[in-house]
Order: sequence, then structure tokens, then C-alpha cells
Amino acid sequence: MEMRQMLCSELNNLMENNKDIVVLNADLSRPNGVSKLDEKYEERCINVGIAEQNMASIAAGMSSYGFIPFIITFTPFATRRICDQIAISISYAKQNVKIIGTDPGISAEYNGGTHMSFEDIGVLRSIPDIVIFEPVDKVQLKKSLPKIVEYNGPVYIRMFRKEIADVFYNDYNFDLFKADVIQEGKDVTILCTGIMVQEVIETNKRLKEKGIDAEIINVHTIKPIDKETILKSVKKTGKVLVAENHNVIGGLYSAVCEFLSETYPVKVKHIGINDMFGQVGKMPYLKTVYNMRCEDIELAVESMLND
Amino acid sequence: MNFEEKCISIRKDILTEIGTLGVGHIGGSLSIVELLVVLYYKHMNVDPSNPQMEGRDRLIVSKGHSGPAVYAVLSDKGYFPKDWLLTLNKPGTNLPSHCDMNKTPGIDMTTGSLGQGFSCAVGIAKASKIRKDNATIYTIIGDGESQEGQIWEAAMFAAHHKLDNLIAFTDYNKMQLDGMVDDVCGIEPLSDKWKAFGWNVISVNNGNDCEEIDNAIQIAKKSGKPSMIILNTIKGYGISFAQKAGVSNHSMPVGKELFEQGLKELEGAI
Repeated sequence: MEMRQMLCSELNNLMENNKDIVVLNADLSRPNGVSKLDEKYEERCINVGIAEQNMASIAAGMSSYGFIPFIITFTPFATRRICDQIAISISYAKQNVKIIGTDPGISAEYNGGTHMSFEDIGVLRSIPDIVIFEPVDKVQLKKSLPKIVEYNGPVYIRMFRKEIADVFYNDYNFDLFKADVIQEGKDVTILCTGIMVQEVIETNKRLKEKGIDAEIINVHTIKPIDKETILKSVKKTGKVLVAENHNVIGGLYSAVCEFLSETYPVKVKHIGINDMFGQVGKMPYLKTVYNMRCEDIELAVESMLND
Repeated sequence: MNFEEKCISIRKDILTEIGTLGVGHIGGSLSIVELLVVLYYKHMNVDPSNPQMEGRDRLIVSKGHSGPAVYAVLSDKGYFPKDWLLTLNKPGTNLPSHCDMNKTPGIDMTTGSLGQGFSCAVGIAKASKIRKDNATIYTIIGDGESQEGQIWEAAMFAAHHKLDNLIAFTDYNKMQLDGMVDDVCGIEPLSDKWKAFGWNVISVNNGNDCEEIDNAIQIAKKSGKPSMIILNTIKGYGISFAQKAGVSNHSMPVGKELFEQGLKELEGAI
């Protein structure tokens, strides 16, 4: 099952029980897997056409009427294109709009540089009162959506939309504001989000063979960041590596450095896009281009331990 | 209700707000006084003692910098005490330059970043259609604001969704901050544009005449389409120094002397 199929299925469940939920698309409902909702909820599924700015403000208006709108499009159009509408119509006006951006970072693949957003977290992180959440797999996505509906306020969901290996089992206990300690360890803290979680888990096999005991934490919510869990880990290991599918400026690496530099300064290294634009290519190729492979993570960990 | 007298007293309140502070968006506030008076004292189904009343009519002032005009009317209607008007833009005020739904009772949407409020209004009209509550949604845009692309995105949507519960107004005072609209980036033929977008369009010759505005609204309510009422207004209308300032009246200093001179003029008009 793909992430977008889970999105559609869970939205269907939620819409069945909550008549206030509306879904707005901007001519990408089919690629985002939610077009099946149109028939069942004709009145509550609105395709605004290719007009993302309009979509964001319409959603804000509907929220002011008591609806809970989900606006869904690709990450660049869900963030940088409608930055002012998110800031003013939605967040400043305190409207309860949920923003789903799909195909984050290199997962835009053949859509290339124009559609490859490495800056979306950075764009939204500097706007007050928006929760920024990146689900790692279908289990987390499914468990998160009811909580996101329950939460009163804007939430940005940065969502990979295709097939991806599950990290969590169904008994996993999800908390929107609590990072997941996937593996406890003492040598180094690896903070990761999105598709980089699977990459780090894969790398961990090699680290284990070399006797490196890494603590792996999935920071699924980048804002507000779970300082408590991170700090507890960092105090134990004293070394941090951040791995993200985003520009190292403005994303998780920045968020971690911003608070650690003030509360517990330690060395923090990064895996991510080094302030470059995107390009066409499949993910394995792009991971090589931007140094996001297991080898790169392994190298970064080793260099930290040898420092 | 004597609309003419009400408009004069609202203008006095606007002048008091801006004159107390010493500077403000006086031009675009004065040009919509008649419209606000006709809406709030004749057409809108609202309850000042319950600003969040369900199913109420709503007004989204997309040209959010006209806040001072809206505040004068809202306080007169009893949404909040009149002495709040003396706090415009002062530290901690509930009356900021641009309309803020979370600060001012009676404001239905936060506006100020031009183009957005109009989209919000369209979303609200759609929401009202889904709720089937028969509310009428009113919105005011500026002529300069019509240069924003988002206005036309929302216009297309409103016609497509047959939002006949939406009545919009263009405050067509022909001026924007940097000069005459025609010189900066002309928007003519404005009526034809709205017609081409599938709207019912009514052009009001004198947009500072309450009766003409009232007639237009009554026609719009029966049109079966979203309506755009183009009000040919005068920026700064009703207070000589503001009107004479022309394009400079978008936001201008109003010192003690002008303040007193304006009040005297309005008092003489009653």
C-alpha cells in the first residue's frame, strides 16, 4: 500500500464521522491519491483548479465558518508558492487549516528542480504557530491524522506519497509532539526525519557490525521540536548527526542547532542538501548526488567518533 | 434612519480615530462610509451582542486598510465601547490599521495582504452554501487591489460554484498608493472583466450615495449569480482636506489643525 492510499483511506474514515472536514485540491487530486473521495463526499471535496493561493485563502474562509479544511498539493506549491496566504489568511488569522505537501525533497524525482522543494520546512518554520510534521510511514500517517484533526490549529504534513517500508508496527504509540526513539544507544545521537529514517535504519546494520552503538530518533514533528527527548539523548552521547531530505539551511538541522547551541552546545553534523537546487533523477541517483546514502551517513558518524 | 446624518457622524468618528493618532488611511476609509452605513443599518443580519452568531451575514473587508471606517461603524452599532476609537494603532490596541478578526469584535476576517480577503470571502460563501444557512456574504475590494491575481482566481471560483450568496463591491475611487490606477496599471474595462468572469455586474454612478447603493444591493440579491457592484466613489470623500489631498490621502498625517478643521466642517454639515 502506498502512502497516498493510506491518506485517502484515513481521510475517508475521518470524513465519515466528522462532517466538518473538507478536502481541497488544486488539480493534483489524482496524483495525491484522494480523487476517490470526490464521489462519496461531493459537496466536501472541492477542486479549485490550478490556483493554490486561492485554495489556501478559501480554506481559511471555510475554517472561519467551522470547517476543518485539508489542502493538498505538491510541497513547493503547498509552501513557498503560498507562503503569504499561509502566514496571513491561515496562521495569523488563527485558522484551522491542514496543509498536505506531497513529494518532499528528492522524492519529486522526474519532476525535477521546479517541483523539488528543499526549503519548505524552512519557509514554514519561520511563521509562528504552524505545526510541521513529516510522517515516516503508513502506520504513523494513519495514527497521526485523527490527532491532527483533533488539534485546533494549522498543521503542515510533509508527505512522501508512494510505497515506502514501514518503520512502525500497528501497536506503536503515536504522540504528535513526542519524537520516537527507534533505538537506544550511547555513542552518537542520530536525529532523522522522513525518508532518511529508513536510510538511517539501514545504515545502522553497518554501524552495529563496527560496534557503533547509535541512538536513533525519528523527529517526526520538526516544529515544535521535542527538546526534551533530544536533550536527554544528547546529554548521553555528546554527539549529534542530523539526517534530512531538505536543505541543511532552515530544516531539522537548523532547528536542532538553534536550540542545542543555547542549551547544550555539542558538535552537530548534517546529512542533507547543501544549499543546492533540485534536478531530475530517480531517488538512488539523487541520494548519490546529494550525499544522502548509507555510505554517507556511515562516514559522517565515523568521522564524528574519530574527532 | 437618516443615512446622511449617520454618514456624517461616522466620518467624525473616523477623523477622531486618525486625528487622535495623527496619521492614518483616511482616503480609502472615507470613500466607503456610505456603503458601510447601508450594509450595517439596512441589510446585514447581525447581532452586535453576539458577534459570532451562527448563520449571520458577514462582511469581509478585503481592502483591510479601511479598518478605521469599519471600526467607526462597529462601535456605533455597539460591538465595543466608543472610546476604543481613541486607541487606533496605539500600543496593545484592539483596533489595528488593518482588520483583525482576533482583535476586534465584529470583524469577520483578518485582511490586509491584498487579494486574500476576497478569496476568504469566496470560501465563506461556499461554506455557507454547504451549511445551507441562507447567509449573505458581503465583501469589499479596492480598485488597486484588483491588480492582484488572486482576485481573479477567486472570481473564477465563485462563478463556477454559482455563489449567488456573495455580493462584492469595488471601491472604485480611481486612486492607489502610487498614483492614479489608470497610470499605474489600468484595470479597465472593469465591468466587462467581471461580466466575462461570469458575474452579475452593477455599476453605481455615485458610489457615495446611499440610495443608489441600496438599490444595487436589492438587485444583486435577486440575481442568481455572484454580484460585483462597482461603486464609483471619491477617495477622501466628505472631508475637504482629505479629498483635496488626492492620491496623497491613502495614508496621510492629520495634525491637530486639520483634525479640528475637519471636525468643524462635519459639524457644520449637520
